[in-house]
Amino acid sequence: MFSSLRQSPLLFLTHLSVLVLVIVWTIPTAGLLISSLRQPDQIATSGWWTALSASEQNNTFTTPPADTASQAEDGFALSGNVFGKDGSGSVSAFGSSFMKPRAFDAGETAKLRSGGTLTVAQNGDYRMTFDKKPEGGRGERIFYTSVEPPAFTLRNYQEVLRAEGIGQSFINSLTVAIPSTAIPILIAAYAAYALAWMRFPGRLLLVAVVVGLLVVPLQMSLIPLLRLYNGIGGFFGVPAQTYVGVWLAHTAFGLPLAIYLLRNYIAGLPREIMESARVDGASDFDIFRKIILPLSFPALASFAIFQFLWTWNDLLVALVFLGTGNDKLVLTARLVNLLGSRGNNWEILTASAFITIIVPLIVFFALQRFLVRGLLAGSVKGG
Amino acid sequence: MGHLVYALVTVVIGLAGAAIYFYASNLLLDRALPYRDAEGARASRNLRRANAIRPWLFMLPAIVILSVYLVYPVLESIWLSFHGKAGIDFVGLSNYHWMLVDPEFRESIVNNLLWLLIVPALSTFFGLVIAALADRIWWGNIAKSLIFMPMAISFVGASVIWKFIYDFRPAGSEQIGLLNAVVVFFGGNPHAWITIPFWNSVFLMVILVWIQTGFAMVILSAALRSIPDETIEAAVIDGANGLQIFFKIMVPQIWGTIAVVWTTITILVLKVFDIVLAMTNGQWDTQVLANLMFEWMFRGGGDFGRGAVIALVIMVLVVPIMIWNIHNARQELR
Repeated sequence: MFSSLRQSPLLFLTHLSVLVLVIVWTIPTAGLLISSLRQPDQIATSGWWTALSASEQNNTFTTPPADTASQAEDGFALSGNVFGKDGSGSVSAFGSSFMKPRAFDAGETAKLRSGGTLTVAQNGDYRMTFDKKPEGGRGERIFYTSVEPPAFTLRNYQEVLRAEGIGQSFINSLTVAIPSTAIPILIAAYAAYALAWMRFPGRLLLVAVVVGLLVVPLQMSLIPLLRLYNGIGGFFGVPAQTYVGVWLAHTAFGLPLAIYLLRNYIAGLPREIMESARVDGASDFDIFRKIILPLSFPALASFAIFQFLWTWNDLLVALVFLGTGNDKLVLTARLVNLLGSRGNNWEILTASAFITIIVPLIVFFALQRFLVRGLLAGSVKGG
Repeated sequence: MGHLVYALVTVVIGLAGAAIYFYASNLLLDRALPYRDAEGARASRNLRRANAIRPWLFMLPAIVILSVYLVYPVLESIWLSFHGKAGIDFVGLSNYHWMLVDPEFRESIVNNLLWLLIVPALSTFFGLVIAALADRIWWGNIAKSLIFMPMAISFVGASVIWKFIYDFRPAGSEQIGLLNAVVVFFGGNPHAWITIPFWNSVFLMVILVWIQTGFAMVILSAALRSIPDETIEAAVIDGANGLQIFFKIMVPQIWGTIAVVWTTITILVLKVFDIVLAMTNGQWDTQVLANLMFEWMFRGGGDFGRGAVIALVIMVLVVPIMIWNIHNARQELR
């Protein structure tokens, strides 16, 4: 296909436009990931796109106590390195007063008001001299501007997992998503088989109902179910907002798609397999268990991925049926809370957001094949 | 950690319970209506009856759950829409009247219509362009995979990603939001984008377009590939250029799929909630129906009547698409 277009100069344009689109589509996520790995003060003062180049920073260094200065040929002197023992960097300018932190270039010698001198070399080595033996146990301050290599850290992640409750929410999200994914599968598979291969009056009507329910907005169900849950909770004296309630809600909201996908798939299986099994005396139950279920694995996997992504990423159902108690927040709900309370702490927000999206991203890249297949089965057939 | 174990145990219990239900009910049916050992006439009568009952055994759990969670709520919402805050006293049409005069509701409807126009159109357009272009280059699959990726990201996660892009610092200071940095780089003034009415809604729509383009691309890419080569070869022989082939030969053949993609995204747009809640919570004229409904569920202790009315409006907007889908599905079944 397109063999004649392949040679055309348009091909270059094609490469270019796809490249531009791909960059536009990936940059937002890349920015989030890079920012989450930067120091908080760097996130707040410079764009994440500068993170890969060296950055200029103003710093202060405090020398050891002045009275430890040692005797030298030109008086008394303190020396060392402003980056400490292990640090590295490149000093571009320095100064001895807070008002003029960049008064001198690296390597120059500054005359101090006290009569001594200060020099800071590019590699950070400093030497401060005094005319007479200095007194006092306080260190002298050196102001310097350094060009620092890009620095990345996992500290933001440690911080949010520990202090911001993201760790707890991660477990809550798993708690919601796993049963909500597993439970509908078996229920849907049986119904799908009945709708695909068993003959009974009203079958087509039921298929139409399932297709209709596919698009019923979730919002319809919220208030009636909230009332129902409150009623049941009050009647039996149990809390109205429980994980069981969320699991059942997710199960129900996932069922129409599950039945629809599986019915299409099962209906496409060859009739001969089932008929030969029936001739051999197998009942519908045996046929389903021993033939249909194993053969339907690809469709089951597609649905499971959808349902997992949907329940993991869901905010609305969790907010309404699980509540906003601090120990019950799922990751998405926690993230919304953080947007309110830590709206300017981008180190917290970016790291938290990345933790919430990492699981779906792994699922996505590992199982993309099934996802695409499920999408195609669920949509193209409808039209 | 405790409730995760509880969840895993529930999975096992749930699956075992379902398996036992199907197994036991099936066994019971076979016992009640035996056909293997019974004599001629009775055996065939029992077999016929068992075959009439068995489908309903298979479907019973699904039917019960769907009835309680999806069918009953539609009826209950209609009933609630005629009742007051707590859903007890009958108030006639006053919820509907409130809806017609409430400025916030009008704002939501206008915004929702904007979302409905812009998001499906842009997502489908970009999806179609990428699907058409990526199939011609050797790294097309990698490109498609990267553009598909936002599909896996939650709306809230996407909101954080884009809020960072729209971040605003006063003029003169270093911009850390990408959009303002670009604007400043080209000599413009930085703006607090999500507080500028009308345009802020567009900036929120961008997020959904970013997520949904991958979906449109995957579906349309498959449709484009299923176009028979002969039609395109014939067009090439007739001297059509690339754009002509695309718009006059390929697009007309996939209208059906474009419609499916469009309606699917439309339904999603009607339910958009997370993005608005996370980005603005309806401030600065960005309110939409789903978020307004969520607010009324809890605002002032919650007003179920008004919430139900808004939910019904969303439902009514969905109904035409629902009918169209059912119509298509029935045609396919024939």
